[in-house]
Amino acid sequence: MKISIILAICYLVLAPFIGGLLEGIDRKLSARMQRRVGPPVLQPFYDVIKLFNKENQVVYKSQSWLIVTYFVLMVLTGVMFFAGFDLLMCFFVMSTSATFLYFAACVTGSPYSTIGGHRELLQMTAYEPAVLLACVGFYLATGSFDVITIATANTSAIKYLPGFFIAFVFILTIKMRKSPFDTSASHHPHQELVKGLTTEFSGKNLALFQVSEWYENVFLLGVVGLFIINSKPVSIIVTLVVVFLTFFLEVLIDNSNGRMKWQQMLKITWIVTIVTAGVNTVVLMFIN
Amino acid sequence: MANITRSPWLLHYDGSSCNGCDIEVLACLTPVYDAERFGIINTGDPMQADIFLITGGVNEQNMPVVKQLYEQMPEPKVVVAVGVCACTGGVFKDCYNIIGGADVAIPVDIYVPGCAARPQAIIDGIVKAVALFQERAQKSEKEVDKVG
Repeated sequence: MKISIILAICYLVLAPFIGGLLEGIDRKLSARMQRRVGPPVLQPFYDVIKLFNKENQVVYKSQSWLIVTYFVLMVLTGVMFFAGFDLLMCFFVMSTSATFLYFAACVTGSPYSTIGGHRELLQMTAYEPAVLLACVGFYLATGSFDVITIATANTSAIKYLPGFFIAFVFILTIKMRKSPFDTSASHHPHQELVKGLTTEFSGKNLALFQVSEWYENVFLLGVVGLFIINSKPVSIIVTLVVVFLTFFLEVLIDNSNGRMKWQQMLKITWIVTIVTAGVNTVVLMFIN
Repeated sequence: MANITRSPWLLHYDGSSCNGCDIEVLACLTPVYDAERFGIINTGDPMQADIFLITGGVNEQNMPVVKQLYEQMPEPKVVVAVGVCACTGGVFKDCYNIIGGADVAIPVDIYVPGCAARPQAIIDGIVKAVALFQERAQKSEKEVDKVG
């Protein structure tokens, strides 16, 4: 119990630094893949520091409050996860935080950010089945929804859940806003929606959004780790290796794929989820 | 005061340019010049931009657009006029439809001449703009201290 509290506090303090560093590595790797020098690894921190020093333009009064709520709920998700709480509860809180982000984007009335917000909802429709099925999978494999019980099981969950793992890594591309599925925020090279749902965020609000994304990424990579970790100490090293490999895979996918329409995104994600996680569920039910 | 020179985000607006300067601006982002190594991002969103890069002269049609983009940018901000048309109106100066360079609509800080301006010159202009950007941020902070 004590270790879980320490882990939760570590997440609270270190996640923005790890998340920012990961984004820095992401940008450096992407630049190298495009034969560029790329920005320094600490670039995301420079960006956020600058944004905190800029004038904060608020388009609609409740916008700042909605972004702060998104931030708080996102942090809460990760804290609950690393404290070893119920996995289902973590994902429910995460979905609630995403809803607040949608409100923050739509409340401004700007057409770009409203379309971005709608696409964010579509993305949620695409990834939620895989996320919920992952919870079911963990329950079927270990007999518990508690993160602490899953993490301290005798064997790694991935032994029973390879299909769920594939489905989860697949939807990670949506959650981490990577290229084929980056429809709502439309990051730098695309811009057909200007900046999608972040169009009307500036200054402190945008900085807070950025930091929430870092918290979210660390939490999501934590869930990837949950598939691997077990009661043996050696598994911690294996977990870290797998998490970093997954992260690298996401960067590679980001740089080697064009954008997709949301219809294709929804179709492909659901097909992958149903085929991999669905088959895995049926097999697990037969074994049990 | 934090060092904010490492993260200049650009907003690029094509006034009435012939696209020569715009191609050079985009060339700055290609692997050869790679402006991102200075932390430069071409945002396309005035609310997130720090440096306003304008190419081409100003006419009746784009005057309100240029003004609105400038007003939408949060403080501190810097304006860079790229190419001789944005500086003075260039060869189109005496045309009936051209009012003049970018400075007839908004206060321009850095002028990058050339037809078209070379990528090296543009990056040099941005680096100068970044120094001014830091100076302005410090100045506005001092003013806030005085009032507070």
